[in-house]
Amino acid sequence: MRAFSYTKAKSPQEAAQATRNQTGVKFIAGGTNLLDLMKNEIEHPAHLIDISGTGLDEIKDTPDGGVRIGAMVSNTALAAHPRIRRDYAVLSRALLAGASGQLRNKATTGGNLLQRTRCPYFYDTNMACNKREPGSGCSAIGGYTRSLAVIGGSSHCIATHPSDMAVGMRVLDAVVETVNDAGETRSIPIEDFHRLPGDTPHIETVLKPGELITGVTLPPPVGGKQFYHKVRDRASYAFALVSVALILQPDGTGRVALGGMAHKPWRSRKAEALLPEGASAVMARLTEGANPTHENAYKITLAERTLAGLLAQAREQ
Amino acid sequence: MKYTEPAQKDFAENISIVGKSTERIDGPLKTTGLAGYAYERHDVAKGQLVGYPVMSAIARGRIVSMDFSRAKDMPGYMGHVSALDTKQLPASNYNTAHLFGGDLVEHYHQAIGVVVAKTFEQARAAALAVSVEYAPETAQHSLEEALETLPADATQERSKVGNFEAAYATADVTLDETYTTPAHSHAMMEPHASIAKWDGDKLTVWTSNQMIEWNKQSLATTFEIDAKNIRVDSPYIGGGFGSKLFLRSDAVMAALAAREVGKPVKIMLPRPYVANNTTHRPATIQRIRIGASADGTINAIYHEGNSGNLPGGSPENCTAQTVEFYGGKNRLILHNQAEVFLPEGNAMRAPGETSGLMALEIAMDELAEKLSMDPVELRKKNDVQVSPSGSDKPFSARNFVQCLDQGAEAFRWKDRNTAPGTQRDGMWLIGQGVAGAYRGSPMMKSGARVGVKPSGRVLVETDMTDIGTGSYTIIAQTAAEMLGVTVADVDVDLGDSAHPVSAGSGGQWGAASSTAGVYAACLALRQKIAEELDVAEDTLQLENGQVTSGSTTLPLKRLAVGGTLVAEDSIEMGDYRDDYVVSTFGAHFVEAAVHVATGEIRIRRMLAVCDAGRILNPLSARSQVIGAMTMGVGAAIMEDLVPDTRHGFFANHDLAGYEVPVHADIPAQDVIFIDGKDPIAGPLQAKGVGELGLCGVSAAIANAIYNATGVRVRDYPVTLDKYLDQLPAI
Repeated sequence: MRAFSYTKAKSPQEAAQATRNQTGVKFIAGGTNLLDLMKNEIEHPAHLIDISGTGLDEIKDTPDGGVRIGAMVSNTALAAHPRIRRDYAVLSRALLAGASGQLRNKATTGGNLLQRTRCPYFYDTNMACNKREPGSGCSAIGGYTRSLAVIGGSSHCIATHPSDMAVGMRVLDAVVETVNDAGETRSIPIEDFHRLPGDTPHIETVLKPGELITGVTLPPPVGGKQFYHKVRDRASYAFALVSVALILQPDGTGRVALGGMAHKPWRSRKAEALLPEGASAVMARLTEGANPTHENAYKITLAERTLAGLLAQAREQ
Repeated sequence: MKYTEPAQKDFAENISIVGKSTERIDGPLKTTGLAGYAYERHDVAKGQLVGYPVMSAIARGRIVSMDFSRAKDMPGYMGHVSALDTKQLPASNYNTAHLFGGDLVEHYHQAIGVVVAKTFEQARAAALAVSVEYAPETAQHSLEEALETLPADATQERSKVGNFEAAYATADVTLDETYTTPAHSHAMMEPHASIAKWDGDKLTVWTSNQMIEWNKQSLATTFEIDAKNIRVDSPYIGGGFGSKLFLRSDAVMAALAAREVGKPVKIMLPRPYVANNTTHRPATIQRIRIGASADGTINAIYHEGNSGNLPGGSPENCTAQTVEFYGGKNRLILHNQAEVFLPEGNAMRAPGETSGLMALEIAMDELAEKLSMDPVELRKKNDVQVSPSGSDKPFSARNFVQCLDQGAEAFRWKDRNTAPGTQRDGMWLIGQGVAGAYRGSPMMKSGARVGVKPSGRVLVETDMTDIGTGSYTIIAQTAAEMLGVTVADVDVDLGDSAHPVSAGSGGQWGAASSTAGVYAACLALRQKIAEELDVAEDTLQLENGQVTSGSTTLPLKRLAVGGTLVAEDSIEMGDYRDDYVVSTFGAHFVEAAVHVATGEIRIRRMLAVCDAGRILNPLSARSQVIGAMTMGVGAAIMEDLVPDTRHGFFANHDLAGYEVPVHADIPAQDVIFIDGKDPIAGPLQAKGVGELGLCGVSAAIANAIYNATGVRVRDYPVTLDKYLDQLPAI
């Protein structure tokens, strides 16, 4: 860990403003990912702005019947919130499928959206990684890729986004709320929030420098049966090989988002329109253009079978 | 003493302490944080500084230059050691790769430097500021490719009986399959850690190590100093599994750094460095061929083990059990060893048998299916009481059939699913599997010192280690039994090279050997007591803290007035044991569920039945076995230390990438111990159990998964990507 300076902001506006004229500045919330990365010098911010005292820890109903979640709301609190459990069960389930109880107590809503990939080559600073050192190359391509992306990757990066929460939010059409260093706010649909790697895999979201996530807004509930099935090699405390978030309406229509497949939660409205035709129709469309390796091609089969299993389960309920 | 013949009678009269479930006497120290683990022994040496390692970024080649200039300018910097400024330190007999020094890089994350600072954070930051220039060399990092280029005459014949090929050719039923097991990382809770301090030419190392004497001798070799000038102390160890059998780079770096800065230095290997800096269980490729007659009698058995290691490294002895376990008049056991330039492969819990039984016990399951036989019956059919290896030695005690029978009964094996892939519970496919377990049970020379203090407390001192196994407690039980006191009256001091040399912890010899050593020391103490009282030893009765001889009774502590009454001895087994095969046996039964859509595996219940001689402490023995069964779950369904054969290193080298089971993976576990006192084994008639518990577990799980899905996977770990496309359509 390299030496860094640290300040604690009292409001979101103050936090964003404090980034002005600073280089290498990062916000720190729960620190469950950033601190680990700093210890191994994968991240080496010069300055940290602590946002834990900015008052962003409330979950509130919105006038239109949705919910606004403060960026500092912990994963534990969010998963346990009565409205989330009642109206957005897919999100509660996604949260509880992630990490461990201890980590969820510290991990925050904003931080979860910004967690970095778990690609082993990203974590080993001896290896080339375009995310860690832009332009250095990608050691993962041609290497150990079993857990890496099968779709949306590029010749520069095949990392996945590790979040479960983001997959739940993606299927709910959440909106990420931000404030920038000029005090301006904006609302970013989660669909647009994470980027594909392209030739700039180190730029993972559309956030501008100094822009702070203040919260996430969920639109009014859409009902339906809501599922989150996370598949991994062990029963808990592992990142998804594949995860499927499903909202299924009584008429057989619904929404599907996938985790563990790509650099961002993966969803396609054209694909989910095929839900009444079954899992293979949805997945054929949703994984169109996939470019898996021989080690991770199973993910396409797995995603389809997981969705098929959920549809079968929904029929039986 | 030399123990020269089988036990004619039990080691003591009215045995009531040994064999009784006894809570760990060191438990309260551990649960209250008072047990001193190497890295936190702040009290043993004043002014400790912290070292952080610099480790090689390449797998093979030369170090061209190392630049410490940035590190020197960092806060708290106190000094450094560079491999380029240190000659290559001699490797001990127990090590293959050199641990430090010189410009040659033999494997990835080889230790090549240390930076010492006042705090851990300062040392880490300064170490990460060291820049190194390498001249990498290409080398073979792939086991498969290395095996392809082995000359035909490189095959080593391990065992040959009769004519395998002829018998196989005429067998009613044959099986010929290849199985693979991946490399495994020990992944013990406590990483390797040491504090080192020099007083002139005397070196003290507080460390975490299973084998104190080996460690001391290895330090003497490495630093070319007299072993008399070395003290090694390792009273508490947070797991080892073989990773801490040998001197490792933490202790070497700490000693080098302490000499450099003239102060005590402590070093812990950072978790992401452990997998490549230390040893691992090497991967194997195993071909098994079995020919049997229609009634299930094995007539021909062939096991070919293939593994790799650095030049001069040992093979993974995965055919070990096949030499002795099942009958068969015609046998051929071969091994191929390739040079593979990955980190050093070496012992991990039950080396050999773990990976060997992972393969053999699937093969037996497959053979049973071909024969339309119950796999329990097939194993019983091929049980032997005399070694089939050609030696014709009897087994000292072999209750394998009883393990199978008792396990089948307790597990309700007769109610199992007999049609693979057909048993459903909602979205889950359910299956049951069985496997046999075999592991040798060697005895090693082991010593102890036993004393009675004026307070009446008994003190046992030995360099035996407790790696979480329960050594403290069984040693206290043994001394209490021998001296007629209670476990609460006994203090046990372990892991210090100042104490008599013991067997140490490894190869599942620790429990039986170290308690035998304590038995010998207690006999010597009884002799001393007799001399003090001027009576014959065989007239002594030691009970309730009292010594009785004839009409004289006095408290034991009376004999220690004016000083501790002390005796020391060690035990060495006579060669009578060589007339027998002394081994442990077991049977594992598993029920597994496989999600019909996703292929996820959830183990539902596990049972182990163990035949391991007298069980000294059923409570801690059970903990050993359920821990081993848990490790077997890891090996069966998730653990896979993956080599990147381009770069020559294990890619998933942290605990996020190398998954071991979590609580949610572990179902109801049950353990049954067969009452199997073995007079041949030694004075306590005990054998090892800690490694037996791992042997065969993974195959029982793999067989249960097959029984659930109808899809046979022969490449471990059995992960869903290997069978998903063969599961039923949804």
